[in-house]
Amino acid sequence: MSAVFDNLDVFLGGFWLTLQLCFLSAIGALFVGTIVAVMRISPVPPLRAIGTAYVTVFRNIPLTIVFFFSAFGLPALGSNADFLRIPVVDTIFSRMGIDLPYFRFAIIALSLYTGAFVCEALRSGINAVPAGQAEAARAIGLTFGQNLRHVVLPQAWKAAVVPLGSVIIAMIKNSALAGFFGVVGDLSNSGYALITVNGEPTIPIMIGISLGFLIMTVPLGVLLDRIEKRRAVAR
Amino acid sequence: MTGEALIVLDNVNKYFGPLHVLQDVTLSVDRGEVVVVIGPSGSGKSTLCRAINRLEPINSGTITFDGQELPAEGRALARLRSEVGMVFQSFNLFAHKTILQNVMLGPVKVRREKSAAVRERAMSLLERVGIANQAEKYPAQLSGGQQQRVAIARALAMQPKAMLFDEPTSALDPEMVGEVLDVMTSLARDGMTMVVVTHEMGFARHAANRVVFMADGQLVEQARPEEFFANPRSDRAKDFLSKILTH
Repeated sequence: MSAVFDNLDVFLGGFWLTLQLCFLSAIGALFVGTIVAVMRISPVPPLRAIGTAYVTVFRNIPLTIVFFFSAFGLPALGSNADFLRIPVVDTIFSRMGIDLPYFRFAIIALSLYTGAFVCEALRSGINAVPAGQAEAARAIGLTFGQNLRHVVLPQAWKAAVVPLGSVIIAMIKNSALAGFFGVVGDLSNSGYALITVNGEPTIPIMIGISLGFLIMTVPLGVLLDRIEKRRAVAR
Repeated sequence: MTGEALIVLDNVNKYFGPLHVLQDVTLSVDRGEVVVVIGPSGSGKSTLCRAINRLEPINSGTITFDGQELPAEGRALARLRSEVGMVFQSFNLFAHKTILQNVMLGPVKVRREKSAAVRERAMSLLERVGIANQAEKYPAQLSGGQQQRVAIARALAMQPKAMLFDEPTSALDPEMVGEVLDVMTSLARDGMTMVVVTHEMGFARHAANRVVFMADGQLVEQARPEEFFANPRSDRAKDFLSKILTH
């Protein structure tokens, strides 16, 4: 394992970039997923159809393909995803603001793909709220938006948080693909470069990459278990 | 009662798939009138009650509330619903909010009233239904009868023009039925316009201005309660009453 300890700075740098990628993509996925979920339960049939189509497409094609279209399709359409160069945010996460767009493309691919799963996790939470709650809210005159904001979503959230956590854990692991679509210096890409460029032994480096991901995913899993236990007691 | 119609249903039809649950129902409820709807289960009485604030959309016919035909989904419908209080069989108090928050939500969010004024009104309503001392508790901590009284207070907080009760005592333990009916009786005495779907014949006898009997989706007969219970005209009503009044 000396191959790992000798290159600890490379691993740390890769870990840090992957953490940034996952954090930003999780925000993107929650944003996309919430919008699609609201569309899927809205009283407007065309919105429902769009939401359903979105989930059908992005839940059922391989993530590699989504990455491919994001990294090669967007430039072909003349986009560098410059809308993600958000002021202030791009100074904290410096990769968001650079000219090379592949970090931004990776955020888009992960957000769009994971958004479909976030939508379904949220919807399962919404379905767990008894229909009478929304009915009572309508009966006192709350609009659809108020009903969601004040009655349905606060209760749906509790039922959705554990499945949402599983979706985010899956997304963290999926982020390993980013290094193969132009992102330089994330955990998997850095490790892979150590093997191919520096000629480090494969197996220890792969174990090192695994450990890096476990440091992100295991604590998240433990946190979810805690939340679930607390809910079980509250019931 | 002023003799002025507040709720008017005209030739209302409603289907659940092939099931014709409301068949050409025509009914008019005056301002200040208390109408009790009775009938065997599956006769369409709950659907009738829920159609009045469009929780169940109808297939044909018209429903008019306070001179205005029920609007389609949207803000206008939300406004109309805010003027019609509704009490459900299963209470449906917002589980994540305290009793006081349950009562205050509508006036604050729908009417945009000042929270301090609403709190005062909410507390006096809770006082009226006898639960002011439980204001900070959550619904699950209250008994069924208490929850249903809160549900009535929540509906009253919107200062509605009419109240709909969809089997308000059917999910209650027997010893809690009385406390809910007491609140409803006092409301009726104060001149609230009420449509009450219930199996409580005692309430129908002493609080109703009119009893409406439904069976198989049809409005079979309607009469003053003393007349209906002493002298039902239709065979269907005679049969129904003989089954429930012999015990």
